[in-house]
Amino acid sequence: MLRIDRRLLAHFDWPLLASTLLVVGCGLMTVLSATHAPGRLVSGLVLRQAMWAGVGLIGLFAALSFDYHWLERYGYFLYGAALVLLLATALLGSSGGGARRWIGLGPFSIQPSEFAKIALVVALARYLHRQVGDGTLSLRALLVPVILLVPPAVLILKQPDLGTVIVLGLTVAAVLLVAGLRLRFVLVVAAVLIPAVPFLWQHLKPYQQRRVVTFINPDADPLGAGYHIIQSKIAIGSGMLEGKGFLHGTQNRLNFLPEQHTDFIFAVFAEEWGFIGAGVLITLYTVLLLRCFMVATRARDPFGVLLAFGLTAAIFCQVFVNVGMATGSLPVVGITLPFLSYGGSSLLASMLAIGLLMNISMRRFTF
Amino acid sequence: MVPLTQREVPFVLRRRLGVAVGMALLSFLLLLARLWNLQILHGDEMRTLSENNRIRLRRVQATRGTVVDRYGRVLIDSRPSFDAALVPEDARNVEVTIENLAQLLNQSAADMHALLTQTSSRPPFEEITVKRDLSWDDVVALETHQLDLPGVSMQITPRRSYPLGPKLAHLLGYVGEASQQDLATDSRYRMGDLVGKTGLEKRWESQLRGVNGGQQVEVDAVGRKLRVLREVEEIPGSTVKLTIDLDLQDAASEALGDRDGSVVALDPNTGEILAFVDHPSFDPNVFARGVHSDEWRALLTDKHKPLNNRAIQGQYPPGSTFKIIVATAALEEGVINPFTRLNCPGGLQFGNHYFRCWKKGGHGPVNLHEALVQSCDVFFYQIAQRLGIDVIAQYAREFGLGMPTGIDLENEKAGTIPDSAWKRKRFKQPWYAGETLSAGIGQGYVTATPLQMANAIATAAVGKRYRPHFVRQVETPEGEVVRTEQPEVIGELNVRATTLRQIREALRDVVNTERGTGKKAHLNSIEVAGKTGTSQVVKMGKERLKSSQVPWQHRDHAWFVAYAPVDAPEIAVAVIVEHAEGGGGAIAAPVVRDVIQKYVQLKKERENSKYAENRSPAAGAF
Repeated sequence: MLRIDRRLLAHFDWPLLASTLLVVGCGLMTVLSATHAPGRLVSGLVLRQAMWAGVGLIGLFAALSFDYHWLERYGYFLYGAALVLLLATALLGSSGGGARRWIGLGPFSIQPSEFAKIALVVALARYLHRQVGDGTLSLRALLVPVILLVPPAVLILKQPDLGTVIVLGLTVAAVLLVAGLRLRFVLVVAAVLIPAVPFLWQHLKPYQQRRVVTFINPDADPLGAGYHIIQSKIAIGSGMLEGKGFLHGTQNRLNFLPEQHTDFIFAVFAEEWGFIGAGVLITLYTVLLLRCFMVATRARDPFGVLLAFGLTAAIFCQVFVNVGMATGSLPVVGITLPFLSYGGSSLLASMLAIGLLMNISMRRFTF
Repeated sequence: MVPLTQREVPFVLRRRLGVAVGMALLSFLLLLARLWNLQILHGDEMRTLSENNRIRLRRVQATRGTVVDRYGRVLIDSRPSFDAALVPEDARNVEVTIENLAQLLNQSAADMHALLTQTSSRPPFEEITVKRDLSWDDVVALETHQLDLPGVSMQITPRRSYPLGPKLAHLLGYVGEASQQDLATDSRYRMGDLVGKTGLEKRWESQLRGVNGGQQVEVDAVGRKLRVLREVEEIPGSTVKLTIDLDLQDAASEALGDRDGSVVALDPNTGEILAFVDHPSFDPNVFARGVHSDEWRALLTDKHKPLNNRAIQGQYPPGSTFKIIVATAALEEGVINPFTRLNCPGGLQFGNHYFRCWKKGGHGPVNLHEALVQSCDVFFYQIAQRLGIDVIAQYAREFGLGMPTGIDLENEKAGTIPDSAWKRKRFKQPWYAGETLSAGIGQGYVTATPLQMANAIATAAVGKRYRPHFVRQVETPEGEVVRTEQPEVIGELNVRATTLRQIREALRDVVNTERGTGKKAHLNSIEVAGKTGTSQVVKMGKERLKSSQVPWQHRDHAWFVAYAPVDAPEIAVAVIVEHAEGGGGAIAAPVVRDVIQKYVQLKKERENSKYAENRSPAAGAF
């Protein structure tokens, strides 16, 4: 069924693919370093991650093989499927480390919340692209995005996975602003809501406050988390200019870093490669970012623009929050670093997103 | 094929995308600036910190909640103890440090090495507690020899103390260090944490434990604390207030003396346990500090079984106390009426077995009232025979026998209420009619725990059965009530009011008439109703021997169950004295009398002091 259109091939986004593969390569290398044990360089986790990178590549090509306008038609269906998966996770998912985030799939398990991010962006673009009109959103158009956001957000919060919910929220906010939500309106809402929170908070009893905190973020062992930040900062800082060298990070080796191959993988990288390496990595991400933005600005219709921007926002909110957390600039919420962190679902979902972006990019001139 | 809704992209949309790119670039620039700050500006500092991992996380164990009696008197407390801890990674030479430490603390270096290997899987730089609860001399010795002991530090941790000692120990339970299993099953536990192992300490663990706090400390090269960087305060555990009245508990304990047995007193209107005595007992302080193997062996092999929680685990034939139930069944089922007289010639021939009455010459013709008051066995053989075992069992279950009472303690035993189905299942044999006769006087297969009997007499007293419980409320350490336990009805006695009245009148006369077997429980200050019981440990021989003629472990158990006052019951008591010097009336009844007498006296004292308070000038506002 796939007709290879020469025009499509001519517009194939090689730079986007190349920068993606470079970052994925950095990721594999860092997972190797984070999980290697004395006497055994290549851990099973690295092999697994490499396999997922292969799956991700297939997924990437699958995601660019069809005309993305199909997503316009099936956007809500996709969203519904993601919700069903999340519900299934809540009901019969397997738990790891006290959280119920995974659902078994033969020998593997997937984390539906990673794919829910993409589904939410698609549904959002599907709805909003008809609302943009001359470029401003009416207040009524705000209702549906909020309704779309709440069910997955609640289900993911219950897992519990605060980090992903924050990324979802930031993504939706970014897309709404670009779609034409008046900044004035946002400021008014913020001016009303933000002062109300501390007021309500003060009226709670201490044990109620603790309950709220543990509900929203059960990992909030304030001291433990603070400790992790300190250790992460020490790891990054001790890398200095040139780093301690590949496989020579000491913080990492002594198991001081929590979640070193997932949430805190940036610290492992920065410890071993120093400011130079971290700078190169950030630059790589920046190149990737610019390429993605280019796809959004050059898309030929509002659906393409909003979809491309939504996917871009989802990836880069996550990069920013993760690195911000590892460097101790933002509070700790468990969240992966796209393309770098260990985790099949995270990698596959990120590569699917890149595939969709390439899809939009290739079809910018077709009619 | 493709659903096209081609539309132009409004210009403003693309312009806003430009703004978004700008903001994204700016945020990445911020990240770079942050990295510059950490890696270049503070790089040296961070490198030093990373070298020895100078920043440590120290856990501060939460103080476990206090346990108090219903009037706030302390039953379990926590006190600070000094512990010696070792971080092997900090010791320049672990061998030397251990040798010095072992010498100072008078411990064997081999033990410490063993401890080190045991804990080898711990995270690096985590402290290993080498010795707990250091004496003052040890503390001074460690302080003065600090320089010879790199890697050794002193910690203050809360220890559990049980000021009552062995009193109430079976109910309170004890704590111990988290076992490997505890650590594996609950991620909140860390090495060295105190965990409730038995009794209240175990069942109310989540209320008592509190939340551990911690300190981020910077240490020097040998692991000594330089300064506290950040601190999260521990949240102490909640105070658990029991329904136990310590004064009554003491009185009950004293009344039982050093005889083996159990006393349970509860409020029949709520199921609140007022006193819970098990004798002999053990000292939970021994467990809290870590029990030595020889101590443990001694407790296990003691023939008086001090670890056995008799009140809920001791399953004794209820003896004649069971007649309350058989009598209720007989009246209710109409196999006799209150005026029916049955003759007691001192025994009953049934098949080829002669069933004796406890009274050698017999009671002559008696009705139900007299049969209960004088505890005539022959009368009950006959009505049991008329009722059949299955009907008796059904009534026994209505009084809560044959099933756990549901008290919040582990390993509560259910006792046995036999019926024909049970016998078939248990022994693959039919029920023999002769066995019904034994069951009719609470012997044979019938067994019950003292708590079950206390609850059964309470059921007779008020017509309802409550779940026995011993926690009244849970409070924060500041005294704010977080949770209050409510009485829970677990069964109603479906019996006519006239039946209950006749039973209660008989129980009153057991204590308050000259012929009553329980007259030693008589009090002038309050009207007591009750029933005696003597349960055989070994099958009766041809002759009934005096207890002094029988070896100790073959002597009968003495029971007495009672409630008071008769008209509006406030307290129900069950007493068993194991291998007693006599029957229930002689041995157990006086124990009950002492407990109820104390109850009345305490009540009067408390009312007086309340009266006095109300009369005080401060309260006299009008």
